[in-house]
Amino acid sequence: MKRIFFPVLLAALFLASCAGQGPTTLTVMTHDSFAASQPVISAFENANHVKLVFLKSGDAGAALNKAILTKNAPLADVFYGVDNTFLSRALDAGIFESYDSPLLAQIPAEFKLDPENRELPVDYGDVCINYDKAYFSTNDLPVPATLEDLAKPEYKGMLVDENPASSSTGLTFLLATIVHFGPNGFLAYWKSLAANGLVVVDGWETAYYTNFSGSSGHGPQPLVVSYASSPAAEVVGPIQASSESPIGSVLGPDTCFRQIEFVGVLKGTTHLALARKFVDFMLSQQFQEDMPLQMYVYPVNPQAKLPEAFVMFAQIPTQPARMSPAEIAVNRDQWIAEWTQTVLH
Amino acid sequence: MDSDSPSLINPALVRRQRAGAWRRVLPWLAPGLFLGLFFFYPLGSILWLGLHSALLGGIVASVFLPTVQVFLFTVYQALLSTLLTLALGLPSAFLFARYAFRGKSFLRLLTAIPFMLPTVVVAAGFNALLGGRGWINLGAMNLFHLTTPPITFVGTLGAILLAHVFYNTTIVIRLVGNALSHLDPRLEQAARTLGADSRRVFWNVTLPLLRVPILAASLLVFLFDFTSFGVILLLGGPHFSTLEVAIYEQATQLLNLPLAALLSFVQLCCTLVFSILYSRLVTRRGVSSTPRPADTKGRPARTWRERFFVGGIVVLLFLMFVLPLVSLPLRSVTRLEADRGQHTAVQYGLTGAYYLDLFQNPSETIFYVPPFAAIGNSLLYATVTVVLSLLLGFPAASALARPTRLERVLDPFFLLPLGASAVTLGLGFIITFNRPPLLLVTSPVLVPLAHTLVALPFVIRILQPALASIPDRLRQAAASLGAPAFRVWLTVDWPIVRRATLSAAVFAFTISLGEFGASSLVVRPEYPTLPIAIARFLSQPGASNYGQAMAMATILMAVCAAGIVLIERLRLPGAGEF
Repeated sequence: MKRIFFPVLLAALFLASCAGQGPTTLTVMTHDSFAASQPVISAFENANHVKLVFLKSGDAGAALNKAILTKNAPLADVFYGVDNTFLSRALDAGIFESYDSPLLAQIPAEFKLDPENRELPVDYGDVCINYDKAYFSTNDLPVPATLEDLAKPEYKGMLVDENPASSSTGLTFLLATIVHFGPNGFLAYWKSLAANGLVVVDGWETAYYTNFSGSSGHGPQPLVVSYASSPAAEVVGPIQASSESPIGSVLGPDTCFRQIEFVGVLKGTTHLALARKFVDFMLSQQFQEDMPLQMYVYPVNPQAKLPEAFVMFAQIPTQPARMSPAEIAVNRDQWIAEWTQTVLH
Repeated sequence: MDSDSPSLINPALVRRQRAGAWRRVLPWLAPGLFLGLFFFYPLGSILWLGLHSALLGGIVASVFLPTVQVFLFTVYQALLSTLLTLALGLPSAFLFARYAFRGKSFLRLLTAIPFMLPTVVVAAGFNALLGGRGWINLGAMNLFHLTTPPITFVGTLGAILLAHVFYNTTIVIRLVGNALSHLDPRLEQAARTLGADSRRVFWNVTLPLLRVPILAASLLVFLFDFTSFGVILLLGGPHFSTLEVAIYEQATQLLNLPLAALLSFVQLCCTLVFSILYSRLVTRRGVSSTPRPADTKGRPARTWRERFFVGGIVVLLFLMFVLPLVSLPLRSVTRLEADRGQHTAVQYGLTGAYYLDLFQNPSETIFYVPPFAAIGNSLLYATVTVVLSLLLGFPAASALARPTRLERVLDPFFLLPLGASAVTLGLGFIITFNRPPLLLVTSPVLVPLAHTLVALPFVIRILQPALASIPDRLRQAAASLGAPAFRVWLTVDWPIVRRATLSAAVFAFTISLGEFGASSLVVRPEYPTLPIAIARFLSQPGASNYGQAMAMATILMAVCAAGIVLIERLRLPGAGEF
């Protein structure tokens, strides 16, 4: 009796799962942090008579890995969320179709990292050090301005960072220090940071919410490796002229690293025209203006207007560190291993 | 009825044994098919893919030494954690099975809740209590005028061990306590009559009778600790690494699939070895005794020593479970008004705003999760998991209750899902179920299926001893009195296994409710569970997001508690008949 039940149940579940699939669906594979607003998504769906399905597939690395593993039978038509640290890897895997979108003309050259346009830039953000404003004002301590400052004794035990082996935020900050001190000098710098009481945790959530004193956890460290846009998220209540964010970002030379996120049409899609239309849509003003408050990132399209919270509280560093995706791809594993040896052992 | 015993050559007997062989295979059909299709097939595919290129490309010798270190630490912390869990779990199991005291059912419920809490939330609870700015450290600093927190908790081995005990004590309480309440009291009474004092009765009678459930609980706890992931990352910090953490880093951050596959293979082999060891230990038959329906009431502590025992354990459990758990609901209704910078005096204010915020979607995001929808999804998945794992677990456990060589070979394999790395299995699902007819990765069906994989070993482990304790003569007596098979089952088997079934259902329910790893591997975001909703809030900055995550976590605790109470109160037929 029990044994008959199981296949019946399974069959029922299968049917239930098949029933949801309409004739024209465009599938977008992305990472867990992807977000968009309902009216914007509906606008695209209505204009093109299509149903958008989003497949969230883990963090950026996990999602890309899944796209590469399924390249012979792709699960989606479009993939969004490869960043410049993974770009070379994604392009080498050969999973994307070239697409010279007409909207690329509107986008500054600094964001276009793939000359063949298999991956098109959508947004950018800067991994930066956030500081707890109140801590530094009540203790009459100047806010550190450079990477070198962080190794000074007056900031002993004040910085919390993420492990680059488990966190993309941590990896990005590691890259900033490599840009600044060079591949031969960064380990000495990290040694001095470790000697100065650097705290390392697994990921951004722990660093920001548990260890950082400027956010909800009221932790022990007033400096955290986070994002230049984080201050905009900490403003409580409706935004007025008198509103102030309790945290700020350190915007010195190379204290921030620019992350750019890309979208691409997956090879093997059966909806090529629609997939391209969606890529165009992601680069268009409507989608670009929706992104900042959904994902705390900046639009790459200069025509998009920034929301008030971003204009007032999020800062854009003038000299963010940059590194070519190819260089990152070649050295990533070794740098992480060396960092682990130096800081954790 | 031991079919392993050498038999005389008797044609009738041979025929019966042949029919018996078919009947022996039959119960394994459904669970075997399930495990084969949803576990071995995807896992085998991904391991093959990874190991293939690992062997072709040649794994560099430089990874060997760090891997050995990681492996040794994994075993070391799992052993320590298991011993500590037993140290708290066994006395607690006795407490709940033998004594009646005020607040018993509440305390029992409380010990079950951690099992389904996401690690992020548990870490937040422990941090609020023991962290650098937790209550205990702040209190001590104020009291003794210290400038630095006296207790370092996060980032120590102690934090890992404490969290493991916090999570897994309920396994020991349920498995051992369940067996304890079924023990025939006459055995202990006989020993007392023969002049043994209570200590001797305990060591010579009670403990040997509990050998199998204690071993089973130890193995399950050990496997959970062995594959520990979130606790190590969040509370241990980056200085500690287990195999599961290393696999995750290789697979998702470094995109080194070959090495990830190799490590998963090592982890899986270890799990198999432990499971085989366990089966060997368990199949040495113990004393069989006449079972009795569970005596759930217990008696009040009488002597001074008994009172001391009850009081001590209750206080210990209270400290261990109530304190970290209470910090969550408390945090979900507190607004920390920043008198920022003055780091010793954070001002607290009560607020219900985070709960109200849950019902609003100011940014109109398409991935907004209405709280009731998340509760509904979680409950739906949990219900399917309970039903599915009981349907599959019953035949397997019935077969295991009367083990032949077949069962002894199959048994360890059913424990393997506990030792499989969630990341690897997730990648396996992606490459195997990505095209019709098995296009499952885009279907929410995969969630309860994955939950059932984890729940099934528990269900089997809980049902097996109860089913094994039923003497065949009871069934034969019922049958000879003319009862049809189903009637025999309903009047003989059911009353005896009823309690174990409820226990198994509670485990399946809590596993499903709290499961995050498997749920996040299913890629459709329209049907999020409560833990996924919590993770979503925590991945974004801002006081409001944090508060809402704590509010969701509190709701998860409440739903779980309500579910457990409901399952345990189920008035199932046959409850009072024995």
